[in-house]
Amino acid sequence: MQATAASGAASLVSAAAAVTPAISLQNVVKTFGEFTAVKGLDLDIRQGEFFSLLGPSGSGKTTVLRMIAGFELPSSGRIDLAGRDVTRKAPFERDVNTVFQDYALFPHLSVAENVGYGLKLRRTSRGDRRRLVAEALEMIRLPHVADRLPSQLSGGQRQRVALARALVLRPQVLLLDEPLGALDKQLREQMQVELKQIQRTVGITFVFVTHDQEEALTLSDRVAVFNEGLVEQVGTPEDLYERPSSRFVASFLGNTNLVEGELARGLTGSDALLSIRPERIRIRQPDEPLEAAGMSSVEAVIEEIVYTGPSTRFVARTSAGQKLIVQEQNDSRASSAHRGDRVRLEWSSRFNYTV
Amino acid sequence: MAAPTIKPDITSDSTQAPVAARSGTGDTISRVLHARPKLRLAGLLALPLAWLGVLYIGSLILLFVTAFWTTDTFTSKVVPAFTLENFVEIVTVPAYQLTALRTIGIALAVTVLCAVLALPLGLYMAKVASPRMRAMLAIGITLPLWAGYLVKVFSWRITFMSGGPLDWLLAPFGLTGPGYGTAALIITLAYLWFPYMAVPVYSAFRQIPDNLFDASSDLGAKPWATVRTVAVPLLKPAFIAGSIFTFSLSLGDYIAAQFVGGKTQVIGTVIASNINLNPPLAAAFGTVPIVVVVLYLFLARKSGALKQL
Repeated sequence: MQATAASGAASLVSAAAAVTPAISLQNVVKTFGEFTAVKGLDLDIRQGEFFSLLGPSGSGKTTVLRMIAGFELPSSGRIDLAGRDVTRKAPFERDVNTVFQDYALFPHLSVAENVGYGLKLRRTSRGDRRRLVAEALEMIRLPHVADRLPSQLSGGQRQRVALARALVLRPQVLLLDEPLGALDKQLREQMQVELKQIQRTVGITFVFVTHDQEEALTLSDRVAVFNEGLVEQVGTPEDLYERPSSRFVASFLGNTNLVEGELARGLTGSDALLSIRPERIRIRQPDEPLEAAGMSSVEAVIEEIVYTGPSTRFVARTSAGQKLIVQEQNDSRASSAHRGDRVRLEWSSRFNYTV
Repeated sequence: MAAPTIKPDITSDSTQAPVAARSGTGDTISRVLHARPKLRLAGLLALPLAWLGVLYIGSLILLFVTAFWTTDTFTSKVVPAFTLENFVEIVTVPAYQLTALRTIGIALAVTVLCAVLALPLGLYMAKVASPRMRAMLAIGITLPLWAGYLVKVFSWRITFMSGGPLDWLLAPFGLTGPGYGTAALIITLAYLWFPYMAVPVYSAFRQIPDNLFDASSDLGAKPWATVRTVAVPLLKPAFIAGSIFTFSLSLGDYIAAQFVGGKTQVIGTVIASNINLNPPLAAAFGTVPIVVVVLYLFLARKSGALKQL
């Protein structure tokens, strides 16, 4: 099963490689004085994909986005858009548009004028402009706010107007700099669905900067995980979550149990660092027999229980002192382990990922 | 035991003599005022309003009244009467008309010159300069405000002097300075009032978020288009606020005109030369800049810019 998924991904890669990437970064370096924000980055982003740059703040992801937009020029390296070198080009010469973190709507212009700003600069005729602006506002389901000023809109509405203003120009690539960061949780989840739908409808390449791993996993076709100016791993959400290539990726994307030393040796026979996702682990009675062949198991004591609604998180510790977190769905199969209980933790050995 | 006897004492004290029963004069006044907000307000504003009303508005009213008086041609004494003669003279005599128009023109030119200089300087200070450079420029701009007016005007008189520093500087290019006259007057006034334009424009520039410029460029605007369609509209209130100072101060100035204006007559110089000969005429002419400034403020208010000050 794992093998077919991998080969499926591989054939996808070879098919896409034949097409010119929408964006190609080659050995891009960016320094600000003493500080190196991006350290020699190579990255290809394919036509039409929803690509996320994920990483903690200060990892260089926003700097990469700003270099693609043209707000910053790379210290060295090369940036191609659809096969054309744009490394030293100004923002107004690039066929990309940006949705800014705090929207950057022009406060002195109405919503319609904001959305029509780029069209006006392109000298689109007045009639076409009116039609395109109306269509764009229709797409974001806000046709009734055309004459309002940005200050008269709610945060979610501003966010959508910023999206319409960038998309109305039909760029090759849309850059989104943490566009949902300022919204509350509920609105953010609603906007995620909408963004994904809009991306599918318009078919434009989206490059999405976020520090929210859940958001990146939910929205993206592929994700690049940034850490300290370097890309740690590029892959589909499943690749990154199930097969993290580094300790950083494993711990940054969701919770994981990182196991090394004696326990790791016992489980896999090698010294390599292991990542075991908490939701893969089951809690059994110590005397219960193994469910099936090919299972890993270890005895532990439950130290802490945290109830979170749909699931419960258990903190367990083995006799050797290794802490293991177990996430259990609160369904009919939920264990009734208590604090201090001696239990046996069990999971399929195929979920032992060496990092 | 002392403590147990003192403690009940305190409680009984505070029940017998509550705070409100204190009876100093200050306490009485405070108590009376507390219940009467209007009286409180009157007490607060009486002095400043008297100052404003009697000395400031009062003197302006006196000026206006004087403008209707007349002067005895033989004795040069002011005769209180009611005549519109002075106003008729100002409006009909071409020399006065020209002077008024010239003064307004000079004030407008000074304002435009200040605005044109303040825009790039404000952009540089707010968006490009390092914090250190920004502080130095801020000091540089405001420093002349602390120098004496006469000193500054005199230094410009020397600069524009025939064969003076400006001529000397321009000589290698085969040029000479403008000499004393309208151009020198406009430059000098622009120098004098520049801080009043530069400071609001700079601080308004600082309030424009950087990403608005990024957004404009991102949407296809070249730098000049960004300045025209984003910066200038957002700076409009600052320009108008600054222009109120540059315009009205230029309109009322006469010393600079005397020092560097050469033969250029402005409203101020005409008033100054009539102040002893014919005070009612000087007063009538003095109402011209007041009326113009009031009109200017009215237009500024209509533009909506004052609301954002």
